[in-house]
This record gives sequence, C-alpha cells and structure tokens, in this order.
Amino acid sequence: MDNPVSDATANDYGQDSQFDDYFALLKPRVMSLVVFTAAVGLLVAPVGVNPVIGFASILFIALGAGASGALNMWWDADIDAIMKRTVKRPVPDGRVTPKNAMIVGLWLSVIAVGMLALTANFFAAGLLAFTIFFYAVVYTMWLKRWTPQNIVIGGASGAFPPMVGWAVATGGISVESVAMFMLIFIWTPPHFWALSLFMNDDYTRAGVPMLPVTHGTRVTRNNILGYTVLLFVVAIATAFTGIGGPIYLATAVILNVLFLIGAMKLWKRTDAQADDDNFAAERKFFRLSLVYLFASFAALLGDAVLRGFDLLNTWPVVI
Amino acid sequence: MAIKAEHPLHGRRKRSNMMLGAVLGGFVTLVFAITIVKMSNGESLEAYDHTTRYSIEPKAEASE
Repeated sequence: MDNPVSDATANDYGQDSQFDDYFALLKPRVMSLVVFTAAVGLLVAPVGVNPVIGFASILFIALGAGASGALNMWWDADIDAIMKRTVKRPVPDGRVTPKNAMIVGLWLSVIAVGMLALTANFFAAGLLAFTIFFYAVVYTMWLKRWTPQNIVIGGASGAFPPMVGWAVATGGISVESVAMFMLIFIWTPPHFWALSLFMNDDYTRAGVPMLPVTHGTRVTRNNILGYTVLLFVVAIATAFTGIGGPIYLATAVILNVLFLIGAMKLWKRTDAQADDDNFAAERKFFRLSLVYLFASFAALLGDAVLRGFDLLNTWPVVI
Repeated sequence: MAIKAEHPLHGRRKRSNMMLGAVLGGFVTLVFAITIVKMSNGESLEAYDHTTRYSIEPKAEASE
C-alpha cells in the first residue's frame, strides 16, 4: 500500500474545516469597513490614545464585528444556501458546521467585549456588546425575515463602530460620534436597496422581505432617492460639528452631488430599462456608495490631521 | 511501523495549525504589550531585584 493513510480516513472526518473557513465566517470584507470606520472614530476624537491601546482596541472591535458575522451565518444558513450571493459561505457550503459557527461567534463575542473592557473602558465594551446583540439578535433573528425596514433599523449595527472607536478615546458619546453614526445609518438604506434591486431574484427566492420584494421596485427607487436627499443634509451638517473641516466639506459636497445624481437616475429608470442593461446604473450606484463611505471617513481623518496642526481654529462649529 | 507518507489532509491541517498558532502567539504578544503600557503609564518599569538600583530610589535620598 503506497499511502498508509487511506482516503477513507479523510472521509471519516467529513469536511475538515480549515483556518481559512473560520476566517471567512467572520465576514472579512465587512470587518475591513468596521476597522476603517472605528479607527477614524478613534483618531478624530479630541483625546489622544496610546498607539498600542488604540491598535488593540480596533482589533477587538473588528473581532466583535467578526463574531456577529459568524452568528449571522449560523442563523441564516438556510437562506444563505438559497441565494447565489451567499451560497459559497462556509456554513451553507458545508465547510463549517452550524454548531461550530455558533460556538465561534459566541466565544469571539465574549473575548472581544472582555478584552475591549480591559484594554479601553467599560463604556466602549458595553457599546460593542450592544452592537453585536443588535446585529445578531435584533437584525438577524428578528428584523431580517420580518419587515422591509430590516436594513433601515438593522443599519444601526453597522453605524456603531465609529461610535465605539470614539468611546475608546473619550469614554462616552457626543454630538460628533452621533454625527458619524448618522452618516452610516442614513447611508445604509440606499446602499442596500441598490444591491437588492439587482439581487431581487435572490431575495425573492429566499423569502427575505426586502423592499423590492414586498413593495416593488418603484417604491424602492422612491425610497433610495428620499434617503439620498436626507443623507445630503446629514453629511453637510456633519461638516459643521467638531470633527468637520474644509477637506470633509469639499469631499461631502462632491460625493453627495454625485450620489444625488445617481439616485435621480435610478428614480427615473423603469424595470424594463434596468433589465435591458442588466442593472448597470444600479450596480454603478452601489459601487459609488462604497466609495462614498470610504472617502467621507478619509476626509474626516484629513481634517483631524489639520486640526492636529492647529489649522482649523477658525472653522465654524455650529452643531 | 512508522507512518511516513502523508495524506493531503495532514498538509492542510498543518497549515491550519500553524495559522492558529500564529494567531495565539500574536494574541499573547498583544496582551503583553497592553499590560506593559497599562502598568508603565508612560513611565519606565523598574523594581527592586536584590541589587541597589539608584534609578528607583526616592529622589530626596538619591540626592544625598
């Protein structure tokens, strides 16, 4: 016998979960956005943080986000297996068992919150715990399968990371951290509804009550435009808080004009037009939304650097 | 008889174990770094270690 370990041995163990499979369970792409927004929340705060404490805190916030991602994949395995976009995730693909996904999610939640409490402060840790609870329980287990407002309310969980970052530095909440929260909170509906327009078949088959599924694409397009207008107001108002400045204001004006033009285009389009070009405008709007969030927070960071050099002492802070 | 040939499964597990080891090692290093920062609070860490260390003597005594 050439190989003393027969193939039957491997089969006996079933699917042998690898490190990469468990890493994929943590939704690394979502984690990268959480890392970025939480880091900006921490860095724009008026209180300095030791680099080691700051780095570790961001890591534990990211771990908490990953934990909630694992819990989401455990609970949603049935609908993930139906949707093309999610069918290759570790649980529906059989690479990680649902039970293991749950165990990983729960333990990482405990580790992330506990370590953040020890590293930063109890307020930041409490906020992180609430974020995990909100995403895993309120959004995943309750809202997602129940109401088309799922991503509107559930969007709060994605909006908390910069507040947690701010809390790591300051130990509390203020107008500035609420402004960052609102920016992501109002940005989430147009971002996800654009996605749901070109992924409508997926959501319909899985029975997820996204707005295009329950109220049709016309209502969805109207709502995308409505929230984009609201986002314009929130984004410009943020420029006149303690974290705003000329770089952010200029960036916000450009991004929001582009975003508004994109939303207007979506609003004017019919389903027939969208089908004809395979949802080209909707896909473009979705990509723009990703750039929007990244650039907005990068601009806030740019103004924080200027503020560090005392170059924004005359900037009008009215909120 | 010693088993010499390896199944591809072993290679995959070895890689996973190495990655997990690296994560655990990184975690221990991070906790150590956090501990040092928290304890030192911006100052260097020194303590009595059975030899005279002038740097930790009270300033008044050190100047005498």
